[in-house]
Amino acid sequence: MDFKEELALLNRISGTDAKKCMKCGKCSGRCPAYHEMDVKPHQFVSYLVSGKLEKLLSSKAIYSCLSCMACVERCPRGVAPANVIEAVRQSVIRKQEGNAIKAEDIPPIITEEIPQQLLVSAYRKYNK
Amino acid sequence: MQRIGVFICWCGSNIAATVDVKRLAEAIASEPNVVYSADYQYMCSENGQQLIKKAIKEHNLTGVVIGSCSPRMHEATFRKAAAAAGLNPYMVEVANIREQCSWIHKDIEEATEKALILVRTAIAKVRLNAPLKEGESPVTKRALVIGGGIAGIQAALDIADAGFNVDIVEKNATIGGRMAQLDKTFPTLDCSACILTPKMVDCAQHENIDIISYSEVEDVKGFVGNFSVKIRKKARFVDETKCTGCKVCMEKCPSKKGLNAFNMNLNNRPAIYIPFAQAIPNVAVIDPEQCLKLKTGKCGICQKFCGVGAINYEMKDEFIEREYGAIVVATGFKPIELTNFGEYGYAENKDVITSLELERLMNAAGPTNGVLLRPSDNEHPKVITFIQCVGSRDVSGCGKPYCSKICCMYTAKHAMLIREKYPDTEVHVFYIDVRTPGKNYDEFYRRAAEQYGVDYIKGMVGKVYNENGKLMVQGSDLLNNEQIVIPSDLVVLATAIEPEPSVRKIATLLTASIDTNNFLNESHPKLRPVESPTAGVYLAGVCQGPKDIPETVSQASACAAKVIGLLVKDSLKTNACIASPNENMCNGCSQCANVCAYGAITYVDKEFRLGGGKTEVRRVASVNPAVCQGCGACTVTCPSGAMDLAGFSSKQIMSEVEAICKR
Repeated sequence: MDFKEELALLNRISGTDAKKCMKCGKCSGRCPAYHEMDVKPHQFVSYLVSGKLEKLLSSKAIYSCLSCMACVERCPRGVAPANVIEAVRQSVIRKQEGNAIKAEDIPPIITEEIPQQLLVSAYRKYNK
Repeated sequence: MQRIGVFICWCGSNIAATVDVKRLAEAIASEPNVVYSADYQYMCSENGQQLIKKAIKEHNLTGVVIGSCSPRMHEATFRKAAAAAGLNPYMVEVANIREQCSWIHKDIEEATEKALILVRTAIAKVRLNAPLKEGESPVTKRALVIGGGIAGIQAALDIADAGFNVDIVEKNATIGGRMAQLDKTFPTLDCSACILTPKMVDCAQHENIDIISYSEVEDVKGFVGNFSVKIRKKARFVDETKCTGCKVCMEKCPSKKGLNAFNMNLNNRPAIYIPFAQAIPNVAVIDPEQCLKLKTGKCGICQKFCGVGAINYEMKDEFIEREYGAIVVATGFKPIELTNFGEYGYAENKDVITSLELERLMNAAGPTNGVLLRPSDNEHPKVITFIQCVGSRDVSGCGKPYCSKICCMYTAKHAMLIREKYPDTEVHVFYIDVRTPGKNYDEFYRRAAEQYGVDYIKGMVGKVYNENGKLMVQGSDLLNNEQIVIPSDLVVLATAIEPEPSVRKIATLLTASIDTNNFLNESHPKLRPVESPTAGVYLAGVCQGPKDIPETVSQASACAAKVIGLLVKDSLKTNACIASPNENMCNGCSQCANVCAYGAITYVDKEFRLGGGKTEVRRVASVNPAVCQGCGACTVTCPSGAMDLAGFSSKQIMSEVEAICKR
């Protein structure tokens, strides 16, 4: 996969249009895990827009994002920073070929209210 | 037999570069009915028009087709030229071979072929054209201004100064609007009331202005030059002609717990009140929701103490009907509700306030007499944090997608005034972008940062929470790449503004078009910015889009100029291309009246001869020629094909379609 393809894939997995970001920083202003992250939520969006793939893929913050979705909830432009972080996380994990979770492992306690993405990302993180 | 002349314009290279104009003119010359065909570099130029005029006279042309730009550009020009040569202007048709042909094609062969078809189509239409004549309708020389804020006041004063009568209908008990609530105005920091109230007094004293306060527009009929408006004068329970504004009633009223809307509900007012000291008219009004006498029948103290007997608990809403030639909409704005913005804690914390509330807290006539005290405990706040873009530029659905335009400047103003008056106060401003275009505006904002030491932080606030009585403002400092928390005593939200919601009803009554944000649409965003697409309706102030006071006043004066331009005319030319029904075919179904956006169609009972001395009365459509705008909605709706549009008859349209299909 070349650089362009990988970038396009990240955009596609995230399902959000990072170009809609108006650089207000509300995501990072709200983030409860901010101080744990080497790359901040707004930087994930900004790096995706400017194509800084290396910085995204080498970030440690993909394992400290809580997937609380506060940034998604509060973004005034309808961008979903947590989705970008999750997309990076997926890309990294796929490369390691260690897709840690199997569908049958998901316990049947899921309620309607929990965002699917939160579950999946939480499993990705804590199954390591 | 029509004698048609065809004129192909090069439009410099705009058309000629893509359409072979010479070949086009030659090919067209052999079309049936075409007796003259020419091409020229610029048909719209003086020489081009001369060419047309000369050809009309020399070749006795009865119809003219111009192959040029869109008819929106130069149809009027060519019609005038034809009229000057003695031809009925409606015998001119424009084939758009620029926007719809040369500009969108690259291949000369294809474009020339298409241009040929387009010109043939216009020829097919002009063969069926008939001379048309505009009607006339008289102009009522009186204007209505809806809304008595600074926009309405300025428009009314300018129109009245030109010698025309103006009525201002204001839904509140006094004129003055939002500007009356402001403390100081940017960028000069002069007192808002000091510059507004003289204009309010001018309105009251002007012999041509009638202020109809505490009233709302109930119904609008008619059309440009001839509006008939029904106004509801809400029951004030105080006789406007008797009340002297002495305020004894306000002192004596026992029900003092009403929320003072003028002070943004920051303090209370009695059930009978005058909104503020310089109110115009300076007449009390009773809040029927709060008045003990009106609610329970027991009290009547104000009536007892009123020295002039102005109180009348029996008063009912009244209706006034008046005729107007023009209507100015100046309904203004309100700050948005903050229910979607829980992160700023506005509902939970008394010391999280909107900027308009801060205006009242800093105003000498406000609830704190101009001393900045925070609402929770009446203490001086030592750390004040401003948050900009609260609800503005928000496409998530919580706020408004547009920039509210005034917030950057008023926040800089607030920050500066606070630092000036209370130098020991720390002031922070969270901003996304600081937008201060305008004369002396950017200098003003920079003064706040450079001279007054206001701390501008590039970033947005994520949440505000209360910790041991301190308001913790957590947000991004993007330039330092930090997340910061500022413990504050007062948080001020630069709340987005939206059009006053009542504008929707008014837009419906006026059939004035309105956008998804409830801003009224202008006729053209650049070239007709103060006119609504509905003839005779003009727009001033924030009802058309966010704007500050100088812009509002400019727009109001521009409105007045347009209104005066209309009212000086004794009569107006009406649209010649109007609909009319074939009464023999009309079955009285009302579908045309239902789709007519202008209310031009009514139904009448008419007697028809059946032959053999018999008659029958049938219900048939009737079009008011002064109101019809010629949109054609009725002609395509009519199930029996009875309705037809002059200048765009079904026959003409069909012949155009045939010409396009024929190869």
